[in-house]
Amino acid sequence: METKSIMIVGVGGQGTLLASRILGNAVISEGYDVKVSEVHGMSQRGGNVVTYVRYGDKVYSPIIDKGGADMILAFEELEALRALPYLKKGGKIIVNTQQIDPMPVITGAVKYPENIIEALKASGADVTAADALELALKAGNIKAVNVVLIGIMAKNTSVPKKVWVDTIKKTVPEKFLDVNLAAFELGYNL
Amino acid sequence: MKKLLLGNAAVAAGAHEAGVRVVSSYPGTPSTEITESTVQYEDIYCEWAPNEKVAAEVAIGAAIGGARAMSCCKHVGLNVMADPIFTASYTGVNAGLVICVADDPGMHSSQNEQDSRHYAKASKIMMLEPSDSSECKEFTKQAFSLSEKFDTPVFIRLTTRVSHSQSLVDIFSPDHITLKPYEKNAAKYVMMPANAIKRHVDVEERMEKIREFAEKTDLNRVEMHSDEIGVITSGAAFMYAKEALGDNASYLKIGMPYPLPERLILNFAARVKKLYVIEELDPIIEEHCKSLGLEVIGKEAFTLLGEYSVNMIKKAVLGVDEPETAKSDINIPVRPPVMCAGCPHRGTFYVLKKLGLTVSGDIGCYTLGAAAPLSTIDTCICMGASVSAAHGMAKARGKEFNKKLVSVIGDSTFIHSGITGLIDIVYNKGANTVIILDNSITGMTGHQDNPTTGKTIRGEATKQVDLMLLCKAVGVDSVRIADPFDVKSFEKTVKEEIEKDEPSVIIAQRPCALLKKVKYTGHCVITDKCRNCKQCLKAGCPAIFVKDGKPFIEPTQCNGCTLCTNICPFGAIVKEDR
Repeated sequence: METKSIMIVGVGGQGTLLASRILGNAVISEGYDVKVSEVHGMSQRGGNVVTYVRYGDKVYSPIIDKGGADMILAFEELEALRALPYLKKGGKIIVNTQQIDPMPVITGAVKYPENIIEALKASGADVTAADALELALKAGNIKAVNVVLIGIMAKNTSVPKKVWVDTIKKTVPEKFLDVNLAAFELGYNL
Repeated sequence: MKKLLLGNAAVAAGAHEAGVRVVSSYPGTPSTEITESTVQYEDIYCEWAPNEKVAAEVAIGAAIGGARAMSCCKHVGLNVMADPIFTASYTGVNAGLVICVADDPGMHSSQNEQDSRHYAKASKIMMLEPSDSSECKEFTKQAFSLSEKFDTPVFIRLTTRVSHSQSLVDIFSPDHITLKPYEKNAAKYVMMPANAIKRHVDVEERMEKIREFAEKTDLNRVEMHSDEIGVITSGAAFMYAKEALGDNASYLKIGMPYPLPERLILNFAARVKKLYVIEELDPIIEEHCKSLGLEVIGKEAFTLLGEYSVNMIKKAVLGVDEPETAKSDINIPVRPPVMCAGCPHRGTFYVLKKLGLTVSGDIGCYTLGAAAPLSTIDTCICMGASVSAAHGMAKARGKEFNKKLVSVIGDSTFIHSGITGLIDIVYNKGANTVIILDNSITGMTGHQDNPTTGKTIRGEATKQVDLMLLCKAVGVDSVRIADPFDVKSFEKTVKEEIEKDEPSVIIAQRPCALLKKVKYTGHCVITDKCRNCKQCLKAGCPAIFVKDGKPFIEPTQCNGCTLCTNICPFGAIVKEDR
């Protein structure tokens, strides 16, 4: 299989790292070669974080270049917009409709852009926008946002549902398992 | 068994398979997880040392003592450990000694972009460079046997993308390596002139042997596809080049960047028409090729700056433009990293900003105090420099300037190399005020214990450095503990201490909000007592912003730390329990 490239973007602290690890482990179970590139250290402190997951028969580069992503999973609207140039023409972008003000917006130096979802759609990208925060609450814990988004993403890959469920079972702590599985279902069935 | 492993975790797995017994390191992104990963192996003694120099010396001692040993650091940490390493090159080892150094092209989490390969040449220590997690494990394992074979420390050089990328690794059970006998050998291990002069001869002989080894080892390998384009490359750049050029080029993949082979390179060059050197940061392979009289295309087509990419290599070698991408013309605000909601440093910087002080800064989460809206820090050079540089500044500009000057340094950084600067201040009759930001953890690198936390790397209880007693012991008479969230009292303390004509230390004590033991509850809300003075926004808290013209606290971001309730002059912010 030709290498698939999925980019996961968000704000430090939103749980993007867990999402990329679940994705990485799910595609391994399917027998693919895989590379996951993460961000640690300073950028994690509320800055924009980007992780890359690439899988296929043989993967070389661990990172995704501009115009190289088949799919972008964005945990936040502004970060979806920032990642847009990395999407292949006509690629898929899944965006959580949450907005988190960056510091220059908080200090009043600039304004948070309006109508981001419309702009994403106008760019020719295949956009799925969802309020994952609300779905996570529905599942029972606001922190399950990342697993809701994984559910939406899972639906858009060739990896069978059972593999995702098994991977989540192996990755998340026992006591949060029910909430996370419920969150996954809500995302998957969106 | 195949596992998806971080490059750093794979290095630890390789060391484990090689039977490493002692690991001593100081945390530093992107190297930290190597040492953290050794914790999972019960048969390895591992520790966080106070700094990289100590860590390397522990590893050197262990290796001389007959145990395979390792020390890991980031590129700037290698500067700190350089002193023992250069001489360990002369003593050689008994059991294998591996030094892992992780460079940070692109400076994701660093203050400079130095290329550690220079150190290999300067210290005459052979260096291996893996390209992915699988090689991380294999090269590390091999490094231990090479160390023993050639009686030398061995460097493993990593970069952020190798350290922090996960890829598949085959895991095996560890080799049974027993402790080597220790025999006194002053001529080898006591490096004073008479002995060192002889050892230098041994070092040069060793380098000759290793140069010969470099010609044959499978650490360097040739992949022939095309006789038009040849690429000499290493590390992460090899992966980008393979992806960009595929079978359009032939490759000489360098797995051992020091010492570099000569005949292997000349033979490869003779088989291709056009030769490129693709290496991130400095032109080390390129200059070696040029010294062999080869015509190569290197930095003139690429760059000395930052990370390389697939698109960059496609453009430079094949002339292919970047693919068309989805676009929008909206102006996108930057999202710089910020101190977390509940961060104890916020209180400190709020007060320092209010007092308009010159702030000599240091390395840690609190370097973010330089960013708007706090914009408080004046300088940040290296670990420990906040203290000593402020001493220099005070000596340069005099007493009055010093009354408007403070140093800020974290607890771990203070132990690392701040204490020596403080001793300098006391000894040389300075009158600086040093604020130790004691958040009970090494924060930025992801919560490592240190000598002030009372716990070892394995979480075992241990003696805890008493910062107050330590500062008093070196001769600081005025040492006070203050809570940075009690802003009024903290401000008063700072004002009093900077006025004094003697050295003083303020220990700003409040734990990192991300620590498990910190249990802030509920969240703060702005009541109708608010007069819209916007003083709360000056704290630069990510949870407080303007909504419909007035300050608003976002409940999902706020953790109820209550700093803002202490800042509001009208008592308009209160805490609500969820």
